[in-house]
Amino acid sequence: MAANLAQLRSQVELALAGRVSSPFTLRDLSVEHVATGISEVDALAGGLPRGSLIEVFGPSCSGRTSLLFSALGARTMDAEACALIDGCDAFDPHSAEAAGIDLKQLLWVRCQNLEQSFRATDFVLQAGGFGFIALDLSDVSHEQVHRVPLDTWFRFRRAIEGTSTILLVLEQEPHAKTCASLVLQMEAEKSRWKSTLAPDRADFCRYPFSRLVNGSDIRAEMVRSRNHRGIKTDFQDVGELRKRDDKSVVFETSEIWGF
Amino acid sequence: MAFASVYVPNFMLQAAVRAEPELRDRAVALVDGDPPLWKIVATNAAARRAGIEIDMGGSQAALFPDIEIRRRSRSQEKMAHAAFLDVGWSASPRVEDNALDTIVLDIAGLTSLFESVKNFAAELTERSASIGLHPNVAVASNVEVAIHAARGFPGITLIPPGEESARLSSLPIEVLLPSIETQETLRRWGIRTYGELATLPVPQLSERLGQEGVRLHELACGVYSRALVLADPETSFEEELALDFAVTELEPLSFLLGRLLDQLCARLTARSLAASAFCLRMELQDSVEEDPQLIRKRSQSNINLRTFEKTLRLPVPMRDSKTLLKLIRLQLQSDPPHGSIVKIILSAEPARPRAGQKGLFVPDSPDPEKLEITMMRLAGLVGNANVGSPQLVNTHRPGEFRMAPFSPAAQESHFAHKYVATKTALKEKETSPQSHRTAIAFRRFRPELAANVDSQEGRPCLIYFRGMRGNVIAASGPWRTSGDWWEERGWRQDEWDIEIHFDSSAKKQNSRAIPQNGLYRVYYDWVRRSWFVRGRYD
Repeated sequence: MAANLAQLRSQVELALAGRVSSPFTLRDLSVEHVATGISEVDALAGGLPRGSLIEVFGPSCSGRTSLLFSALGARTMDAEACALIDGCDAFDPHSAEAAGIDLKQLLWVRCQNLEQSFRATDFVLQAGGFGFIALDLSDVSHEQVHRVPLDTWFRFRRAIEGTSTILLVLEQEPHAKTCASLVLQMEAEKSRWKSTLAPDRADFCRYPFSRLVNGSDIRAEMVRSRNHRGIKTDFQDVGELRKRDDKSVVFETSEIWGF
Repeated sequence: MAFASVYVPNFMLQAAVRAEPELRDRAVALVDGDPPLWKIVATNAAARRAGIEIDMGGSQAALFPDIEIRRRSRSQEKMAHAAFLDVGWSASPRVEDNALDTIVLDIAGLTSLFESVKNFAAELTERSASIGLHPNVAVASNVEVAIHAARGFPGITLIPPGEESARLSSLPIEVLLPSIETQETLRRWGIRTYGELATLPVPQLSERLGQEGVRLHELACGVYSRALVLADPETSFEEELALDFAVTELEPLSFLLGRLLDQLCARLTARSLAASAFCLRMELQDSVEEDPQLIRKRSQSNINLRTFEKTLRLPVPMRDSKTLLKLIRLQLQSDPPHGSIVKIILSAEPARPRAGQKGLFVPDSPDPEKLEITMMRLAGLVGNANVGSPQLVNTHRPGEFRMAPFSPAAQESHFAHKYVATKTALKEKETSPQSHRTAIAFRRFRPELAANVDSQEGRPCLIYFRGMRGNVIAASGPWRTSGDWWEERGWRQDEWDIEIHFDSSAKKQNSRAIPQNGLYRVYYDWVRRSWFVRGRYD
């Protein structure tokens, strides 16, 4: 029996030679996590796992781009090369710089359609060396992205596995299924406004200029996390979180004037 | 003092084979002159064995089977000579350009680098082989002795001081390259070798042959002494290839470009240099039927369409021929030459190679060579203007930016600077009362969306765009901006930040994408007298 097992094992190893190295060796599952720049989300998800595909989804105005900008800001400040594959050419450099992104460290690819976006992502993944790659499909309809074959997502995951690259995809609905190591759902709770006048004089109908956008409250829910369970990260010690339950947090975004 | 002479036997043929390496194992003969009077000027051993002789007529040689006949190309010889000189400069800074097929190096003090003189000579042979030339190398304490030994003896020859005359004595008199008359006189005297010439008395030789006789005698004895005439190092690196048959497709062109790049990169490597830019010039053949658009273009501008030129600027100096070939291919794919190619000239702009060592704590960054290929591919996919690193422009015009080439700085200096900045920012963030807040992001609509806005008491209250209707439940504005009024592109706008509550009918159409409420930025354009939606907060 033992001899048969050894023979079988060597046959499998021989068949997989060149494709899978050491198929019977248990891989080290410890994954480095990096901060998103939003302490609440870091505490919820344990940060962004390197070498993983991460999906952030939600409707428009749900705070997906704010999360992206925050993560890009954190990565570019660490002098990492980052890439943004902009599926709908919606990136605003002024707002990005105001959010703390070092634009010199950012490769921006302005795509016109879904095919271009996926091919551009392939090219950037093949180049290697990027710490953070974002594929922004926020404004591409759910039906269009749904038609992308699943093997594309598997290919992306395979390309970044074992590297220090993070591939973050912004969409309206999650599509990568099991390929995604972390899936976050975003939802806007309410927008906040502030007045420049005293409360007794704050007549916004007469003086609309006296009111300013102050930001909005965003709820982030962790729909799926492969690495989170059982792994303690540096981000779980952040105190005073406004959690609704174990799987979601609320964080505030604020307006930055000047862009 | 020691000198090494490097001599390439049958240089014309070796230059031709260098340009076409597949000829190396075949019988090759070179013809020169105009048909039908062209004659064989060089052959290799295989061709000689087959019966081809020098001065044989080209038409006669063509009758021999399995003989590759090529026209002599002076440009190929020039390129081979330039490459040959590069090999010399790769080994010594003091090089004499003695002839097209001969160079002399001053190797005083250099042999210790290679442990022995023999190793040095072997290294020279190896470096020459890397550029496609197979030379004889001779080392002696006298310049002329080294030159004559290299011309006369195959392979590597080392002549110790004091043995010059003895070692040269067996060489035939033709190696001295005397004039035809002198050679004939010596032949009639029965003088066949250096040794026989060296035994003749100098006064009588001078009486009969003049100063030339004295010089030949000194050369034969190995006592003729002179200083090295130094050549200035070449700064231009150029390779060219004239084609017998015009090339029209990219695949065969890539093959030829690869060959030229291999040669150029070998030359650059020999000089410990890399290229910061490449210039590709191609001469095009006149086609029988020309594209009318091209004819019109040529008539409108003074551009010479018979020459196609492309320049490839590199972000970092490179000399990897495979990477460079990919880059040139990508450029040619996006802008191919309009015609059949009959001549290719490829020149490199030399630069010091990139030397860098990454720090232990510096994050990974894309390899510059790979990144350049990726940038080219991306540019081919989405267009040059749509890929790069965004840069803000010093203007108040909304949304103005420009694209700059992407060159991430992962150097330690950048990292150290950013590390300090980040630490400071984090400290400020920790002490700030709004430390838990994240900047709200803004997404632009390109092009901006036209909208219909109903206003009440000067503020927007109802908005229609993209087939959707929404009530404005909160508005902030108007924020007036204007500028460039002295130009055609002047602008004057009233901006509003508004929160829209979309109708349930709009929600039904696209329930997933459109939320109940959304924060948008709209503006009234006073120049176009219309409302537009600039973007939304996300």
